[in-house]
Amino acid sequence: MSSTRLGRLQKAPEFFITRDALTLPRDDRRAFLRKAFAAASAASVVAAAPRAFAQSSSATSAGDPAILNLPAHSKGLGQPVAARPYGLPSKYEENLQRRESPGLTRVGAASVSFAPLQGFFGIITPSGLHFERHHQGWWDIDPTQHRFMINGLVANPKVYTMDDLMRMPSVSRMHFLECGANTGMEWGNVAVPTVQYTHGMLSCCEFTGVPLKWLLDDCGIDLKKAKFILAEGADGSSMTRTINLSNALDDAIVAYGMNGEMLRPENGYPLRLVVPGVQGVSWVKYLRRIEVGDMPYATKDETLHYIDLMPDGQHRQYSSIQEVKSVITSPSGGQVLLDKGFFNVTGIAWSGRGKIRGVDVSVDGGKNWKAARLETPVLDKCLTRFNVDWTWDGKDAILMSRATDSTGQVQASISAMRKVRGTRSIYHNNAIQSWLVSPNGEVSNVQVA
Amino acid sequence: MFKSLDFLRGKRLQVPSPAARERAEGEGRTQAESRWSLLTNRPHPNPLPRCGRGGRTLVSLTLLSLTTSAIAQPKFQNLGRPATAAEIRAWDIDVRPDFKGLPAGSGSVSRGQDVWEAKCESCHGAFGESNEYFTPIVGHTKPGDMVTGRVAALRAETVPQRTSLMKLSQLSTLWDYINRAMPWNVPKSLSTDEVYAVTAYILNLGNIVPADFVLSDKNIAETQKKLPNRNGTTTAHAMWNVKDKPDTQGVNCVTNCAREVRITSRLPDYARNAHGNLAEQNRIVGAVRGADTRACASSPDAPCGSGSTATSSARANRGETAPARPATMPVTAEASTLAQKHACTACHGVKTKILGPSFTDIHKKYGPDSAAALAAKIKAGGSGVWGSVPMPAQAHVSDAEIRAMAEWLAAGKF
Repeated sequence: MSSTRLGRLQKAPEFFITRDALTLPRDDRRAFLRKAFAAASAASVVAAAPRAFAQSSSATSAGDPAILNLPAHSKGLGQPVAARPYGLPSKYEENLQRRESPGLTRVGAASVSFAPLQGFFGIITPSGLHFERHHQGWWDIDPTQHRFMINGLVANPKVYTMDDLMRMPSVSRMHFLECGANTGMEWGNVAVPTVQYTHGMLSCCEFTGVPLKWLLDDCGIDLKKAKFILAEGADGSSMTRTINLSNALDDAIVAYGMNGEMLRPENGYPLRLVVPGVQGVSWVKYLRRIEVGDMPYATKDETLHYIDLMPDGQHRQYSSIQEVKSVITSPSGGQVLLDKGFFNVTGIAWSGRGKIRGVDVSVDGGKNWKAARLETPVLDKCLTRFNVDWTWDGKDAILMSRATDSTGQVQASISAMRKVRGTRSIYHNNAIQSWLVSPNGEVSNVQVA
Repeated sequence: MFKSLDFLRGKRLQVPSPAARERAEGEGRTQAESRWSLLTNRPHPNPLPRCGRGGRTLVSLTLLSLTTSAIAQPKFQNLGRPATAAEIRAWDIDVRPDFKGLPAGSGSVSRGQDVWEAKCESCHGAFGESNEYFTPIVGHTKPGDMVTGRVAALRAETVPQRTSLMKLSQLSTLWDYINRAMPWNVPKSLSTDEVYAVTAYILNLGNIVPADFVLSDKNIAETQKKLPNRNGTTTAHAMWNVKDKPDTQGVNCVTNCAREVRITSRLPDYARNAHGNLAEQNRIVGAVRGADTRACASSPDAPCGSGSTATSSARANRGETAPARPATMPVTAEASTLAQKHACTACHGVKTKILGPSFTDIHKKYGPDSAAALAAKIKAGGSGVWGSVPMPAQAHVSDAEIRAMAEWLAAGKF
């Protein structure tokens, strides 16, 4: 043993086991057979047998084979630390993926992928399942070469590197991010089967960065003349959006962090704007520049898109705030209830105007409602998780949720929304969502009147 | 049901209300101390050393200055540097509605046509009408719209697919976007004059300017006054300033809120599998499973949909596999008869393109697994995939007949 090893801990005995021996438990034929005998359906990620069937088909009088026959993982050696230096979800979770809605777009670089809300818990969206919307494809930008400029109605136009921004004091805030077109496919009628596609252009993360206000102050913003800012991305589309100065000076963040790590490339690495309560298109990714100005800029995504067509043929321009909204995420469309009996009806509520004050849930299509439990934290412009106990009697039921925010705005029915905004808006559909539970246990997307 | 957990619900775990938190902080304790006291109802065992008046600590002041936005602006000494004039010129390319930021230059319609054919037509079509990759740029604007500044088609009972020129209220938008983001795969590669020229060509395609027109920084403000939808936007809504009063308000009714509940819309059975097998889009444990939607899509006779018997969902519940889809669907003479009956053959030949593509070409493009998608297309109609001639929606044809024809097209045995 060399002198450098002196005084150090000896390697643990398992390091004397050969690599072949380490992998043996996974390949152990007998272990595999036992696993199969246990009818755990482990190899099939698709529709594994629910508990009742698994027990009735394979349980003996002695008990459940999943208990009686010890599985390989109880009788072998598991994986070492850092086997995956960057961790991954279990292979049994691969059904939860972000997905495109077939036929919605024709070019992948100008498309959207929806987050699988049907499988989420709590309020934080895992970074790898955050919904995507790209206007001209996504990039993985070298952060050492990224620059951020502020110009326009400021005394001192400045350029910041990522080093500069990350040396500054930071804030970390949890906020929802919803596309203005979320639920837009449902304005006219039911169009998609599951909550992933009805509401999945929605995510909620903890964002870390520098309040935009501090940076505008640092450049000497001319508060007498300034009324709006323009945010611009560094990607091919150099996407631009006008932000109200009141939003910019309130709680907007120039963010580099998301859920404790740097932003993901699909979400704007290394820098994006966070505009709490405002639709996602304004959260400009790959943020390269902010211009301070005195009039709105009528950019492509506020003149040709993200404009709401009203029944009188006019388009609402600069419609930005995401109004009070909620949806039951489980049980929800495309799911099948396992059996009669107890269910935790769970969902999320949010408002771009403030906090969620309350959520009511109906299981009879809106005839009667009861207050749901709001789970903490209940934060400003952030998703709030709600839960309600429900005992399903095996009959038809229609599940709905209705949120009220801190300004007193109550989520409206789809028919009430249509009376004001028609059916052709595409954007800003925050109507109450209904899920029909049929006697066979299957849940489907419906609209009711 | 949560009774067994009640022992966890003592005061120790109660979250203090914001008001209580503020009270505690106002008493001059640090956040950490306040939090501890609120959670435990006891003084913090290791209070931080205090200094200064009123019991405030330096630590708490520092913490507050970093975590609240209501405090004075921190000074960022030696962070960032002045932007140079050349740097601002390189990036500050936006053009505002008052045309501030527009560089001097000009371009003719005919020059624009050359650029269009070389760099734009492959995506947008020869006349800006293509729906193949993006929504059409040109179409459905009328000469009368240029007088009123409102596109009449937007008020019609049935609005056609909205084109860019139907919506365009600011000419600066068109110029700015072409300049910053086009062509799609090589953005920012056009010269200033080429951007003027392409803009002029698009306006000419919409019959807004004549074929001999030359657009320039000198006449762009005048040209703005011709846009068919220049008066078509409004900011009279509550989604721009957070304090405005919303235009919708739900009802807070709690009991007996509706006498009867009627289902007004649900997903048609033929679209059941249009988003793939939902069993594969849900977790394999928990209170629910995803519905196996393959069963319905593979057999027109299989009961499916939420109003039907439990066959498909029960199958999913048991973890069984739905019957495999036959490699080729049975070819029925009935389907071709249906195509005649509903006058499909007026526009589609078996092997020849008439107004629409031939049945053979449709089969080649979409393949044998396309029945559900084809059914949806027949039902809804569409345009742009095969050219600009639209196929009308076939709402009068029953779902069963549409499905039979879609299966027949997918099978390709004509």
